[in-house]
Amino acid sequence: MGQRRATITAVGHYVPEKVLTNFDLEKMVDTSDEWIRTRTGIRERRILEKGATSDLAVEAIKRLFENSGVAPDEIEVLIVATVTPDMFFPSTAAVIQEKLGLKKAWGFDLSAACSGFIYALITGAQFIESGNYKKVLVVGADKMSSIVDYTDRNTCVLFGDAAGAVLLEPTDDPEYGIIDHVFYMDGSGGKYLYMPGGGSLNPPSHETVDKKMHYIYQDGRAVFKVAVVGMADVSAEIVERNGLTGKDIDWLVPHQANLRIITATAERMGLDLSKVMINIDRYGNTTAATIPLCLSEYWECGKLKPGHMVVMSAFGAGYTWGAVLMRWSLPNPPKPRPDVARYCEEMDSRRFEMVEELKIKNEVGK
Amino acid sequence: MDIEAKVKQIIVNKLNVSEDKVVPEASFINDLGADSLDTVELVMEFEKEFGIQVPDEDAEKIRTVGDAINYLKQKLGQA
Ligand SMILES: CC(C)(COP(=O)(O)OP(=O)(O)OC[C@H]1O[C@@H](n2cnc3c(N)ncnc32)[C@H](O)[C@@H]1OP(=O)(O)O)[C@@H](O)C(=O)NCCC(=O)NCCS
Repeated sequence: MGQRRATITAVGHYVPEKVLTNFDLEKMVDTSDEWIRTRTGIRERRILEKGATSDLAVEAIKRLFENSGVAPDEIEVLIVATVTPDMFFPSTAAVIQEKLGLKKAWGFDLSAACSGFIYALITGAQFIESGNYKKVLVVGADKMSSIVDYTDRNTCVLFGDAAGAVLLEPTDDPEYGIIDHVFYMDGSGGKYLYMPGGGSLNPPSHETVDKKMHYIYQDGRAVFKVAVVGMADVSAEIVERNGLTGKDIDWLVPHQANLRIITATAERMGLDLSKVMINIDRYGNTTAATIPLCLSEYWECGKLKPGHMVVMSAFGAGYTWGAVLMRWSLPNPPKPRPDVARYCEEMDSRRFEMVEELKIKNEVGK
Repeated sequence: MDIEAKVKQIIVNKLNVSEDKVVPEASFINDLGADSLDTVELVMEFEKEFGIQVPDEDAEKIRTVGDAINYLKQKLGQA
């Protein structure tokens, strides 16, 4: 008997309706569309005006149910990766359970910032591989706008709100599912990207509010240097240690923090950019949501197909970073939902426009 | 390859500029079309190619091709 593996058997995502463009930001802080686009690849991001992270997650999971026909009371475990929980406790998982009536589920939140989704995915996969559970829901959701200082141009241009969800189930077919992961953590990086206030170290007070300690602090340059190397190295490592090369990879699904980090990772893996999922232009960095948001959009558009070899990789606060290798098994929808037709059509053209604009010449692998 | 030639080669590749523009007085940002992140990546490339560490306070002072060549020569004890 082959080893029991976990595979993704349903996906869904949600982005709020309100769009905040670079031009809107020009009116709020001293910045420019040109600066933001050339440094990061971001053109616009979504903002949740009313509601919390759980509301983003609930919409993403509802879509997963619509896409798959799975019922709420079939879910056994719910893991929510987020750095913007509705509140410290109860967990966002508990809030979501109540809102969706996931009667049979138990669950918890997982905090690993931008690596949150891949950490949660592998954590969820363990429950399947152990043989103890058959349906584990893994969500990445963040309302970053709740911890962004919209007077700080260093950070406010980067982040957005979104959620993505995947369902894990066992598969006996050794060809498919989650094959391997490589994870790292280096706590010495904590000081370069963090939110100082609100926890037990600096509990909320007039002072923490006055000192803006409830917002993201980031040393962008320091993070950029380690993220470029970290994400590229771990992505290359997982490919090599499975006896594969860039040619065997159908999709790189990188955390969407900065287009320049993404292209550097692709280059290091010898991957053409046509094999890299990119939607940072429309959503910015949505922290735990970036990877499931990509998976869901590309799957709904029929671009991510059964049999595809996929590498997901992320780098984030902690520092935490890592990569997951899987072979996709979920058949595509017979035809794209009408509400996604527009972004499906634009997907390729927008991406190449973006890459062209940054004058990034991806000579590798040709 | 000597340090100067190697530095120039790295700059040509990284910034996609023609070799004749890579003269000692050329500024990465003002003359060679680099932005702030390109200069970060360029220094990272020097670190990798020459097997050295460049502290941030040094990196900030490397603004021209000549700065880079002099810094690396000094660092590698060939000044
Ligand atoms: C954030 C990031 C785009 C900034 O780019 P950078 O080139 O490092 O920018 P710096 O912070 O060095 O700032 C360079 C200049 O641009 C300015 N600047 C910063 N943000 C700006 C903005 N939005 N608009 C205009 N100018 C801006 C700075 O004030 C600075 O000006 P100065 O030289 O006059 O002081 C980049 O560092 C980055 O992407 N880092 C990684 C972030 C990341 O991935 N984080 C998440 C990991 S999960």
